[in-house]
Amino acid sequence: MRKTLLFATLVLTGLAGPALAQPAKTECLAGAKPGGGFDLTCRLAGNALHAAKLIKDPMAVTYMEGGVGAVAYNHVIGTRPADGGLVIAASSGSALLIAQGKFGKHDENAVRWVGALGTDFGVVAVAPDSPIKSLKDLIAAFGKDPGAFPVGGGGAVGSQDWMKMAMIAREAKVDPKKMRYAALEGGGAVTTALQGGHIKIASGDASEMINLHQQGKLRILAIMSERRLPGAFKDIPTTYEQGYTIDWPIWRGLYVGPKVSDADYKWWVDTLTKLTKTDEFVKEREARGLFAFDSLGADFDKRVKADVAKFRALAKEAGL
Amino acid sequence: MSFDFLWQGMGVALLPQNLLIGLIGCFLGTIIGCLPAIGPINGIALLLPIAYTSGLPPESALILLAAVYYGAEYGGRISSILLNVPGDAGAVMTAVDGYPMARRGEAAKALAISGISSFYGGMIAVVAMTFLAVPLSWLAIKFGPAEYFVLMVFAFATLGSMVGHEPVKTLLGCVLGLMLTTIGLDATSGAYRFTFDQPELHDGIEFIILVIGLFSISEVLLMLESQVKGTLKPLAVTGSYPSWAEIRYIWWPSVRATVIGFVIGVLPGTGASVASAVSYTTEKRISDKDGTFGKGDIRGLAAPEAANNAAATGAFVPMLTLGVPGSGTTAVMLGALMLYNIQPGPQLFVEQPKLVGGLIASMYIGNILLLIMNLPMVKLFARMLLMPNWILIPGITALSILGVYTAYSSVMSVLIMFGIGIVGYLLRKLGFDMAPIVLGFVLGKVMEVNFRNALALSGGEFGIFFSSTLSIILWIMAIAIVLVPIWLRRRQAARNRAGQPAA
Repeated sequence: MRKTLLFATLVLTGLAGPALAQPAKTECLAGAKPGGGFDLTCRLAGNALHAAKLIKDPMAVTYMEGGVGAVAYNHVIGTRPADGGLVIAASSGSALLIAQGKFGKHDENAVRWVGALGTDFGVVAVAPDSPIKSLKDLIAAFGKDPGAFPVGGGGAVGSQDWMKMAMIAREAKVDPKKMRYAALEGGGAVTTALQGGHIKIASGDASEMINLHQQGKLRILAIMSERRLPGAFKDIPTTYEQGYTIDWPIWRGLYVGPKVSDADYKWWVDTLTKLTKTDEFVKEREARGLFAFDSLGADFDKRVKADVAKFRALAKEAGL
Repeated sequence: MSFDFLWQGMGVALLPQNLLIGLIGCFLGTIIGCLPAIGPINGIALLLPIAYTSGLPPESALILLAAVYYGAEYGGRISSILLNVPGDAGAVMTAVDGYPMARRGEAAKALAISGISSFYGGMIAVVAMTFLAVPLSWLAIKFGPAEYFVLMVFAFATLGSMVGHEPVKTLLGCVLGLMLTTIGLDATSGAYRFTFDQPELHDGIEFIILVIGLFSISEVLLMLESQVKGTLKPLAVTGSYPSWAEIRYIWWPSVRATVIGFVIGVLPGTGASVASAVSYTTEKRISDKDGTFGKGDIRGLAAPEAANNAAATGAFVPMLTLGVPGSGTTAVMLGALMLYNIQPGPQLFVEQPKLVGGLIASMYIGNILLLIMNLPMVKLFARMLLMPNWILIPGITALSILGVYTAYSSVMSVLIMFGIGIVGYLLRKLGFDMAPIVLGFVLGKVMEVNFRNALALSGGEFGIFFSSTLSIILWIMAIAIVLVPIWLRRRQAARNRAGQPAA
């Protein structure tokens, strides 16, 4: 089976021939302001592709702000569906918004998912002087008196940060809608609010909290991952280790328009497959605090669709 | 703490390479600031990859990006004053008194005055940052949703000064601004409000699109109308420069505005637009005895310009000491630090004296460069007003469309801008001021979000708004800014009455 696939790929590659060449001009669209996660994804792809000499000219990064990627999603489907040189940054947050119908009338099948470049993980943290020392402590205390634990996250009710806490609330048998949740403006605001004592629990991403954890400014209780993370994270227990089967990877990846030719789609998948194996890419990825997340082409497409289905069920359960 | 970092930094900032980079940054910043809708964040996002890939050392890259940032705060005033088109978010209030001056033929004077007050604001704020950055970082932490809400109460209390001779229209304008802020995602419930299934409206109306619509498009329509009626008067540009007395006269308004601007800049939840709005209304409250504000008073021009430069500088404090960006633009710079694998925090001042010192020292030099660069060009810029209307009107329109489209790359944004512009034109015909709408919009958003977050955290208990020393101080300030001027006026009136028979 494998061999036939390989053979078919080879034949197709041969047939497609010149069409598999690099698109004349590459562009990465970030569906938000400069400086956010989409921008980071585009710059990671662009810098690494150029550094590894997989593209000749640097990839242009453009911005189209609105609805955390919703405007870009609709724009690509509506006006640039066949542009083979254009990739658009996405994240697990995009899948969540699609699941909640917040990307307009289009669903997850409206674009072609190319691949993930890396991932971050959700974390829950408390102040360093908090009596809560583990996730178990937190769930017990939170279950007893949810009102005593104001939560802060970097997104609205229904966003990833809210969802992470909703899953923990579920373990504590607390209705997620009864959480005292403040929707703050981004991860920086969350950690500041925790340090200032305005919130008791911070919901956020591992990469933005690890330095404060190491400096003793906050305590990460658990990383929402199946496996222990390497490096600076090697001493922090995961949710799974503490007996809770909840995880929250925050993958960052790319998609292309729905009418992009198979040849161009394949060029992107192949190029990114090559890219993720280069030292240049690993260096760029680690500089941005992302962990390896190998999911490209058909595998990634399956992953995104599974995520959307999972989020749809979660959102329904949380009463959104 | 020791200030070794500053001396080491001077050495770094005075290297010929870094001087040149700073100069380039200041120049680019001025131009970026001057172009409507295209703000420092766009400029920095464009320059960051160039700086990084061309192998600039981190201190040089940061000097460049910072220079673009505060350079833009200088540049924003130019289009505000000359065309009533705010060049960036912090320059909105500059138009209120700057534009009437330009209409009177005092464009050169207005540009010079605002250039000098920008310098005052930038310079005082850099000194404040040098000595207070680490001690002030607690302020950013202590401000929670409740404190931000009370700060906005204070800001609205200063707004009372805007009421003027038509209080109903001012209040209506303010309410209109408040209503416009409710468009978009409501973070507390996760619901979209008034978006009509248009993804472009999910984030609400962008501040800068509102401002360009209200100010520049409505201005163009007014100009067209008087052109058709044949009543459009050609502008005169007199070569008047500010006198030494005037430069001294704006010192205290600038100092007051700098303090307000710097503190608001340090707070991560508020930026240059809030800073210039609050400093303008506060200054009007304090000094507008003869009702000259809004008609081309140089103090009303100086205050917001000093404040927006101070706020831009203040935004570096939480970024460097806490790793929390004080504004969108410093967020991009934080990303730059990350790329160089530099971790911000209070220890940065000790561990990276070359970087922090070099950055701060470069800001001293940059402000001087900007002043030198801006003053001689004032007359050149002012002559722009002598352009015939057949260039000026399409020119402003084209610049507005180009700016909005470049920044948001969507046709919808341009259409929204025109829609707002037409409404603005009608409102101006009815005698409404644009400033209260903008103020309601800027302050209303911060106010609503923090009000609801505070109540979400307290579980609906209103006590949270009085639970910290900071919020109580802010309540007292808010009450004082309303009552003190009334009391002063009464006392003045009583004294006049008492003084009359004797005279």
